Amino acid sequence: MTSAQLHATTHAVTSDGVPIYRKWWHYFTFNSDHKVIGIQYLVTAFVFYLVGGSMAAAIRTELATPAPDFVTPEVYNSLLTLHGTVMIFLWIIPAGAGLANFLIPLMIGARDMAFPKLNALAFWLIPPAGLMLISSFFLESPKAGWTSYPPLSLVSGQVGEGIWIMSLLILGTSSIFGALNFFVTLLKLRVPSMGLNDMPLFCWAMLATSALVLIGTPVLAGALILLGFDLIVGTAFFNPTGGGNAVVYQHMFWFYSHPAVYIMILPLFGAISDVLPVHARKPIFGYRAIAYSSLAISFLGLIVWAHHMFTSGTPAWLRMFFMIATMIIAVPTGIKVFGWVATIWGGKLPFNGPMLFAIGFISMFVIGGISGVMLASVPFDLHVHDTYFVVAHLHYVLFGGSVFGLYAALYHWFPKITGRMMNEPLSIVHFVLTFIGMNLTFLPMHQLGLLGMNRRVAMYDPRFADVNLICTIGSYILALSTIPFLINALWSWIAGKPAGNNPWRGLTFEWQTTSPPEIENFEELPVLTVGAYDYGLGHAYTETVGDRQQNHRHHEPAPLAHADSVSPTEPEVEVAVVAGNGHEAPGNQKCPLPANPDAAVQTEPEPEIVVAAGDRPEDRSHQE
Amino acid sequence: MKHFVESSALAVKIPSNILTLLVGITLTLISLWFGYNHSLLPIAASREAELVDGLFNAMMAVSIGLFLVVQGALVVALFKFRRRPGDLTDGPHIHGNIPLEILWTVIPTVIVFIISVYSFDVYGQLGGFDPNATGDSSQVQVAMLPGEDASAPLMDSSRAKPSHHHEALGIGASPEDEGKPADLTVDVMGMQYAWLFNYPNAGVTSAELHVPVNQEVQLNIKAQDVIHAFWLPEFRLKQDAIPGQPSELRIKPRRVGEYPVICAELCGPYHGGMVTKLFVDNQQDYDNWLQSQIASQDSNQTTALVLDQQTDGDFLAPFVSDLGVTPDIVQQVLPRDRA
Ligand code: HEM
Ligand SMILES: [Cu+2]
Ligand SMILES: [Cu+2]
Repeated sequence: MTSAQLHATTHAVTSDGVPIYRKWWHYFTFNSDHKVIGIQYLVTAFVFYLVGGSMAAAIRTELATPAPDFVTPEVYNSLLTLHGTVMIFLWIIPAGAGLANFLIPLMIGARDMAFPKLNALAFWLIPPAGLMLISSFFLESPKAGWTSYPPLSLVSGQVGEGIWIMSLLILGTSSIFGALNFFVTLLKLRVPSMGLNDMPLFCWAMLATSALVLIGTPVLAGALILLGFDLIVGTAFFNPTGGGNAVVYQHMFWFYSHPAVYIMILPLFGAISDVLPVHARKPIFGYRAIAYSSLAISFLGLIVWAHHMFTSGTPAWLRMFFMIATMIIAVPTGIKVFGWVATIWGGKLPFNGPMLFAIGFISMFVIGGISGVMLASVPFDLHVHDTYFVVAHLHYVLFGGSVFGLYAALYHWFPKITGRMMNEPLSIVHFVLTFIGMNLTFLPMHQLGLLGMNRRVAMYDPRFADVNLICTIGSYILALSTIPFLINALWSWIAGKPAGNNPWRGLTFEWQTTSPPEIENFEELPVLTVGAYDYGLGHAYTETVGDRQQNHRHHEPAPLAHADSVSPTEPEVEVAVVAGNGHEAPGNQKCPLPANPDAAVQTEPEPEIVVAAGDRPEDRSHQE
Repeated sequence: MKHFVESSALAVKIPSNILTLLVGITLTLISLWFGYNHSLLPIAASREAELVDGLFNAMMAVSIGLFLVVQGALVVALFKFRRRPGDLTDGPHIHGNIPLEILWTVIPTVIVFIISVYSFDVYGQLGGFDPNATGDSSQVQVAMLPGEDASAPLMDSSRAKPSHHHEALGIGASPEDEGKPADLTVDVMGMQYAWLFNYPNAGVTSAELHVPVNQEVQLNIKAQDVIHAFWLPEFRLKQDAIPGQPSELRIKPRRVGEYPVICAELCGPYHGGMVTKLFVDNQQDYDNWLQSQIASQDSNQTTALVLDQQTDGDFLAPFVSDLGVTPDIVQQVLPRDRA
């Protein structure tokens, strides 16, 4: 008997049947279990999101009227700088890493990450760096924007800027450790039956993301260290007064920070590609196209950085090169968007949290993508660079994209993470408020920018007052929208309906183990017999290996593992084509159909059962 | 079951029936109408603005089309393909469609290709490829700036002092005017939190920019302390003012009026207040203004002149505490070229 089996048979269970593998205080320790670390990342990031969000509310309150009356212009710049930095480095990037930590080993059938201790270290660098950054608000805060361009960053206060540099260096280190882990884990720890082209698309996205982190972050670190020297020792790498070149900093900064926008969005591209098929009950449309477009985006993302510098005294050929490279990124991005739309087209779409946020993601991201192509056009960017048009664009991508994507992912995997379902009506309220607030806040900003309102200002021309007031009202709705989510998450975590192993009837490995997954993930490592997206073949709603494991009574080996047990009468032509996402030669060894004795029964529609309910017999007794 | 067949047929075949055609035509018309009838941009007051607006309107039309197609598909899907309660069956097993995938790879490629070519063309017409402003002829100088003194002895002196009248990155003369000097040259200096305009030929310095209508104006842009950005929204042009790295904009005002001049690069707490005015005057008004400036500068009375006579430290003194720095630092940071 393996240790995993021991755990599985001796663990405690709550009164309503959710297994307990961890005590609450485990989450406050240096623990090398990837699931603990994943949760640590997600919760920490969310707390920082609330901090960054409060700053956004303060920013918008200041901008409700043209005069700088709510906070002083200095405080405004501090809030602005911290808001941007917190949202990027302490919310979106760590939250993506949190999802990756929790999901990657489960999705590829591994018991943990390749380097569990390094993984824990990567997480534990974040809270001190974050606290340090935020505490600077009460000492002397950085005021030069999240981009921190010299010479301004060199004359805006040494202490604040120094703290900003230090915390970013620590966060960058954490991010590199994390990426190294994801990369090696994905390449080395997959179960033998899973080839690269069988991986869930989230894994592909994390492969592409990790490559970007590993290539880009060291350059940022270089820029920050040189900036730190200029700041503290008085060197002149970037300081024109001493003969330095301020524009070189911008090149180094954006060499990381453009890829950083893909570091923030690619994991969610992956998550959406996994959420949509499960809920739409259809295979992902164009698996390879979506998988490889992540790689294409990651590569192209490395050669477009100077589109942030079109007005920085950039030579004409550079402007044209970066314009065209940026435009080309629209193609792989478009492939993904159309693939997602085609995935839900003809599916069976439920009106629940994951689906609504996933569709909201596509809808909002498309707007950010379109304005991105416009910004790539140099002549137009000369007009709108550094205006509210850019603020609108970046929030459609980061808020409408990354944050909507994160919510979709959280609603989708919450049952796996906690073993409990979230409340559906509350998630719909959350979505509606977020969607309205998002568009009310950020859509009008496009026009503000076009008409002539520059960004990063605490005071503005009174002719923009009305539109700004609308934005501010929108931002209060956004602030409000987090309340139903918070209540839902906290309450469901404690007292939500038990989820069972596979409440969404998903086909990827994480749904084949218990919810929450046991200490080493799988009692017996799963074998890939059903493609991750093989919906629509009649066998999708089967009881999975994990379900049996949770009923400790049976411990017979999973029937999924036996290729010879295919029922010869089961669906026809498509079967062979589809195994391995339809890209492998017909007649391969993988069996798309688990010969589960219950399968036939399970495929019958069962009208009384709420989709969200657990599918184990015990769970049914808990429902009305 | 009927549902199943219908929807899979839709997803597999590239839609080609009459209805699709009608929807397509309607979407195109809406997009074109919106692209050319929005009121999103301010007045176009220069030749450059007209060029950029043409580009923007075209991009807007394409964008609205794409927007409607994708959002429309999402909304239709959300209603048409709703899961009925209790339905636990799957959708059709469609995992791809190569012709369709090729189609939606090719269409965006063609769109961005066309936008790139159009942008390239507009950029050329703006004067982006004027050799004096492209960086091609100024690489030597850019490489050594601003440590000019240190590196000069190492360089071939004929290259170190190029023969061009002017070296800077930015937007230069339009192709027709390439090589011709501008009708008027103004030196623009950005500093926390003001713009200074110096008319070298007239010996006038002003805090507001006046230019005659329908004349080529060359703006040589510099920064004193930190990076600023010189933005004329009604001209659709922006250029960063970078300490130690001169840049330029060449503009052709077309419309008499008063327009904002805005700093668009974060330059400190009062960045939002770094705004002044651009007056596009007819020739008569412009000449009058210039004469009055010359007269008043002789008697040391304009604000502009007072500003100019202050040392940088004096000018910045009121802001020092706001900046969170000591006066020493301000002195260190400021170059001496105004002394
Ligand atoms: C909760 C709702 C949010 C509101 C109301 C909001 C509002 C704003 C506003 C008004 C600005 C511009 C301030 C200025 O330019 O003067 C800004 C900047 C920014 N926001 Fe947000 N924001 C929100 C959420 C987010 C999220 C989720 C992210 C991303 C991850 C984000 C990332 C940024 C960044 C990177 C900047 C630029 C900061 C800079 O210029 O240094 N924001 N935000
Ligand atoms: Cu970028
Ligand atoms: Cu400025």
